[in-house]
Amino acid sequence: MAWVNAVIQGILTGGLYALFACGLSLMFGVMKVVNLAHGDLATVAGYVGVGVIAATNVPFLWSVPIVVAIMAVLGYVLQRSLLQAAISRGELITLIVTFGLSIVIENGLLQFFTANTRGIGTGSSLISASFSIGSQITIAWLDVVIFGLAIVVLLGLQYFLSGSKYGRLIRAVADDREAAQLSGADYRHVFGIAAGVAFATVALAGISYGMTTVIDPTSGTDTILLFAFAAVVIGGLGSLWGTLIGGIVLGVAQQIGAQINISDELLAGYIVFLAVLVIRPQGLTARRSES
Amino acid sequence: MSAMADTTLRSGEKLRVTRSRRNVAWTGIGAVLIVVILAAFPYYVKSGVLVIMIQGLIVLALASMWNLLAGYAGLVSVGQQAFFGLGAYFLLIPAMHGLSPFAALPIAAIGGGVAGFPLWWLVSRLRTGYFAIATWVMAAAILQLIERFQSIGGGSGLPLPGLVGYNPAVLTADTYWAALAVAVLAMAAVYVLLRSRLGLVLTAIRDDERAARSSGARVGVARLLVFVVAAAGCAAAGGVEAIDQLQVTPVGGGGVFSVQWTAIMAFAVIIGGLGTIEGPIVGTIVYIVLQQTLQSHNAWYLIILGLVAIGIALFARRGLWGLLDEKLNIRLFPVGYYLWTPGQSRRRRRNGSVSAGTDVKAGSAS
Amino acid sequence: MSEAVAPQRRVDSGTPLLEVHDLVVHHGQLRALSGISLRVYPGEVYAIIGANGAGKSTLLRTIAGLHRPSGGSIVYDGKNVTGVRPDKRATAGIVMVPEGRRLFASLTLEENLKVGATYARPGPWTIGQVYDLFPWMKERRNQRTAQMSGGEQQSVAIGRALVANPRVLLLDELSLGLAPVILQRIYGMLPRILASGVTVLLVEQDVSQAMRVATHLQCLLEGRTTLEGRPSDVTAEEVEAAYFGMGSSTSADAKSPVRSAPDVEGGEA
Repeated sequence: MAWVNAVIQGILTGGLYALFACGLSLMFGVMKVVNLAHGDLATVAGYVGVGVIAATNVPFLWSVPIVVAIMAVLGYVLQRSLLQAAISRGELITLIVTFGLSIVIENGLLQFFTANTRGIGTGSSLISASFSIGSQITIAWLDVVIFGLAIVVLLGLQYFLSGSKYGRLIRAVADDREAAQLSGADYRHVFGIAAGVAFATVALAGISYGMTTVIDPTSGTDTILLFAFAAVVIGGLGSLWGTLIGGIVLGVAQQIGAQINISDELLAGYIVFLAVLVIRPQGLTARRSES
Repeated sequence: MSAMADTTLRSGEKLRVTRSRRNVAWTGIGAVLIVVILAAFPYYVKSGVLVIMIQGLIVLALASMWNLLAGYAGLVSVGQQAFFGLGAYFLLIPAMHGLSPFAALPIAAIGGGVAGFPLWWLVSRLRTGYFAIATWVMAAAILQLIERFQSIGGGSGLPLPGLVGYNPAVLTADTYWAALAVAVLAMAAVYVLLRSRLGLVLTAIRDDERAARSSGARVGVARLLVFVVAAAGCAAAGGVEAIDQLQVTPVGGGGVFSVQWTAIMAFAVIIGGLGTIEGPIVGTIVYIVLQQTLQSHNAWYLIILGLVAIGIALFARRGLWGLLDEKLNIRLFPVGYYLWTPGQSRRRRRNGSVSAGTDVKAGSAS
Repeated sequence: MSEAVAPQRRVDSGTPLLEVHDLVVHHGQLRALSGISLRVYPGEVYAIIGANGAGKSTLLRTIAGLHRPSGGSIVYDGKNVTGVRPDKRATAGIVMVPEGRRLFASLTLEENLKVGATYARPGPWTIGQVYDLFPWMKERRNQRTAQMSGGEQQSVAIGRALVANPRVLLLDELSLGLAPVILQRIYGMLPRILASGVTVLLVEQDVSQAMRVATHLQCLLEGRTTLEGRPSDVTAEEVEAAYFGMGSSTSADAKSPVRSAPDVEGGEA
């Protein structure tokens, strides 16, 4: 039964990974940016959450929208300034700039918060509680809540992209930037909106992550970025729900790996990721055709 | 020594293409002189300075390799720490079996290069962004693998055997010479590669990969070669680091598999000048200066290094060396070409100022 | 065969809606336009013709704001817009239907129109009006445009531009990839478009088609103007000479682009 537990755990963790991944997928789908600082931004959100709670003593649930709003604005600003400048100078420069950003963020966090790990105290006993199905399956409520959150976020994103004015604009700009300009759309503003949305999801992901485990300045690249990217790649780029599938596959693979050998958890995930990269290169090497 | 090619203009006149420096000999002599002077350092320079220089030479070797990858082959790898770490372990293992660490350095280099082949097969088909992430995953996966082997220290590493009983001053000097050798060889490798036909292929790739492929250039081979050479170079540097640290630790602040190493080599290259051979030298100097002034255990020097690198990547694409180059028009390592239109001769070129000859800098990023 | 469009009379007095002065445009080192000038008056159909590579599309794209000229200026409604971004020009009323249609592939027909309407100026054109113009669109409004025929896509592209309520509508090579019958049906829409107060500046390789709809004609060759005038004022030989850039000593076999019958593809060899 430990295996069933592992699979269920993996599926639920997949929700968290999908939360990490959807922002990355959005930014790559729209701006063609592989944001190497993505994971670190989730960590920043986690730290901002810690900071907000500590500074204002608001109940945990209040801090969430505050952090999300801060990160969304940060996303818009960062996109319009730094990232746009990098994008207009090419893929190479963009990679270098986002890599540099990642290192600066990590070391910045290290400098100001030290390497000590932090957790987000939620002050609610609900979070650490778990329930049981039958006699041998235990599921933590928190994991279910986060999975539910992931579904809600993905649904929200889907509705936003398909039904709203900016969602349409984002898809249009992603399809054909020039044609969108000819229709009066300032693509840089649209990019900014997309980045704001992506950062908002990253914020939720970072806070959720901070609730499930402790975070430290290097969590961003050690774990989050790789998991996010793995979920995107495994699930298939360009598909929002694909990130959920990818996340689930990754989560399950990790849990199965952990069952085999407790220290194999991460390695199992990497192997699956690399296997997908090798076996399905056509999905990754083919560029979205630029009109 | 000048490689000349003849091309014919539409009008039937002939164009000549020559190396951008007549006196390659001078550069060669100059380089040898510098190396000789550097090699003599342990005889009249303090140990403390030598230790700093060892760090600098390691970074110089790494930077040359990253520059080769990103500046010439368009391969942005953020996982080079994989080879750096592998090199350290490929040094550790023979040392554990009795070989002197210094003698094991070539093994580390070769081991790294050999490891480059299967890893290249994994990542070679990926485009820029995916390639970067794949290299990062690759490094993380290799770290996980290494940590599982308790025999080589698992997660906490091992001290490097074979260095006990060494006279400290002699050890420092020997380490210094090893570092110098690795750095010189790394830069020499880059120089030779770029002066060869491969250099043109690489520049072509960087400028327009599809066009390069369709013109018949052996793009795949060129990139593979670059990847393997960079792997070997980073591995050799990792070996020197192991000797310098007297131990091999996989993770932690100075851990050989830490992404900080890639950050350092990348930033050094960007700041110094991506796509120029001289760039890594300038970048390494900047790195050492920053590291020394801000104390190496502080995270600040990496923050500043990173911010400066971002700024230069955006606003001074060719780095500090590029800025210098524009002002003074020097080239230490002649890998470029001059294009002479008919009727031009060297004498006229020196007298006339704005010539019709176009300086085609094969050694620099556009 | 649909009926020919009766050319409107050109009002030569008053202020031109759109002016281009000595435009010079480079593509890298290549000079695509060497000093092009033109004047477009309100209500007219201004056609730019010329062979492949003559610079026609470059001219239109520069007017739309997608290329920055190296020299010269563009004046719209009395204001210099040479340095204005393409999206700002669109919201000001210069809307282009680009070459190759360039529809948003992952969007449905109606979504394409909606995007066009997002930053629309006030005016008579709505999505409903576009459905009136092209009744077939109503049933297929939720279809992806990628599966549609060339003519249908072209109609959607025109509709997308119309809902923005342009003052100057730029049409770039409508004829590419379209059967002549379809093309004529599309050009048959012009009267209604003009009637709503839109001025049209179009680029066309099919010279006979252009001659049929235009109130004013300009021929480009290798980035320069070789001919300009009303269709009624120029002869077939003049057009041919301007088009090809040589004396009209063409062989007897070669089709003159002007003389080809309307239901045959435009006469480029």
